[in-house]
Amino acid sequence: MLTINDHAHSRTQAARTGLPSRAGLGLKTGHLREVLGSQPDIGFFEVHAENYMVAGGPFHHFLGLIREQYPLSLHGVGLSIGAESPLDEQHLKRLAELIRRYQPQSFSEHLAWSSHGPVFLNDLLPLAYDTPTLNRVCEHIDHVQNTLQRPMLLENPATYLAFERSTIDEADFIAEVIRRSGCGLLLDVNNVYVSCVNHQRDPQAYLDALPLHTVGEIHLAGFAEDCDSLGDRLLIDDHGAPIDQTVWALYRQVLQRTGPVATLIERDNQVPAFTVLLAEVQQADALLRDAGGRT
Amino acid sequence: MNTQRAFAAALIDTRLPCPEGLCSANGADPASRFAVYRNNGQGSLINALGASYPVVAQLVGDEFFRAMAAIFVQQQPPQSPLMSRYGEAFAGFIAAFEPAGSVPYLADVARLEHLRTLAYHAADALPVQPEEITAALADAQTLTDLRFEFHPSLHLLDSAFAVVAIWGAHQQGSTLEGVDINQRQHALVLRNGLDVEVFALAPNASTFIRNLIDGQPLLAAAENSPEFDLAQTLGLLIARNAITHLNDKELP
Repeated sequence: MLTINDHAHSRTQAARTGLPSRAGLGLKTGHLREVLGSQPDIGFFEVHAENYMVAGGPFHHFLGLIREQYPLSLHGVGLSIGAESPLDEQHLKRLAELIRRYQPQSFSEHLAWSSHGPVFLNDLLPLAYDTPTLNRVCEHIDHVQNTLQRPMLLENPATYLAFERSTIDEADFIAEVIRRSGCGLLLDVNNVYVSCVNHQRDPQAYLDALPLHTVGEIHLAGFAEDCDSLGDRLLIDDHGAPIDQTVWALYRQVLQRTGPVATLIERDNQVPAFTVLLAEVQQADALLRDAGGRT
Repeated sequence: MNTQRAFAAALIDTRLPCPEGLCSANGADPASRFAVYRNNGQGSLINALGASYPVVAQLVGDEFFRAMAAIFVQQQPPQSPLMSRYGEAFAGFIAAFEPAGSVPYLADVARLEHLRTLAYHAADALPVQPEEITAALADAQTLTDLRFEFHPSLHLLDSAFAVVAIWGAHQQGSTLEGVDINQRQHALVLRNGLDVEVFALAPNASTFIRNLIDGQPLLAAAENSPEFDLAQTLGLLIARNAITHLNDKELP
């Protein structure tokens, strides 16, 4: 049973990102004119920071117009917080500049690595969960938060492999990073489901181990299905399909524990017509209203 | 402990075996799961090149393009998390890529597409109003030393092939019928407002624009170019909002 205090607590936490406790949508180039023309009732938009690290042109033009009308979540995909190598200071500067320019309500990044030395691998790669990694990730997040002068949200990963040298459960690892660094959690419910299937974990136990009171944003997306060498289901977080019913159900359970939290509908591949995504936004908004006890 | 080095190396070089120290909860062969990361990484980089070089992809077909891009990705993986910058070296790679030798203009089409990407993301700058340019041209005192600064998106490309016509033919449909491929063309690429535009310049006009970019005053830039249509070239630059600053003194 939830108490009123639980709800109040979660609202305080969610409010610290500044995003409204509503459904938002990833901004797609192909939908820009429709969004600006019809000004749909959407809680916020989210963009990938790296796409806007360009000097000028249409990307900045349109993001400026969107920002005049909607709250913004800036989501990084290239900071490589889990990397063994030091953080890229140039990249941090570019992030600081983007944040200064657009004043987003939230900045988030991933518990993953994507660069090794100068080489950028353009993917969110898995980490070995042990004490050296924990220390490194916490140092990197400290550095990011100090440089950007604001707290960030850290997203739980979708992974396909584990490391023999891991000594800490993923959810415990995330909880400890959040406790030490003071960052918030970007809870990707699709990633929870994908990773739990891929690593034979129980989603409920995984969620129980996470500090859900620090959730500042939720991500929902679709996955693809593959098989591993044993023919077992291997789920791929491809952001290329509608949100699965299982993930919707898990989302409803999460909301019962967190109260309403800003929720992003993420779609990066096989992007459908805007109205298709708008329907998913409205579906999430309805669940958020239920969770908040509002009409 | 440097596990990421081995992981990264095996992601890029698909001939390397799956890195050591990986496991799966169900006991499945880690290689079958590592393959997901290989496919994701490779696929995303090839897709990024495909998005930046759509006409190159049309010219050689999707299958050939993806195979060619896969080799480029292995040889020259990105050196920055800014994917808008990835592929700068792709045209040079194509020029030296023997299996593409039967399409001799392919590298120049790639150069043109890369300039379009640069133009798309180039810094913003307001154009000088046409009346102001006309007034400066009409003033004999300032005309001698008059210099232009161009929009940051403006680029030139000299090709031994009809690169603009080939590119243009692939904007609607994909036939090169009626295009004289071996007709040398000089491309002008710029962003006018929010749209990237591509023009084929009249012969020698590109020399004139290059002289202007190098900082030569208008009159000297014209004198130092082989015969071309000055009025038409200036008209094009003014109409496409390419001139963003007028200087009547030498820059410090």
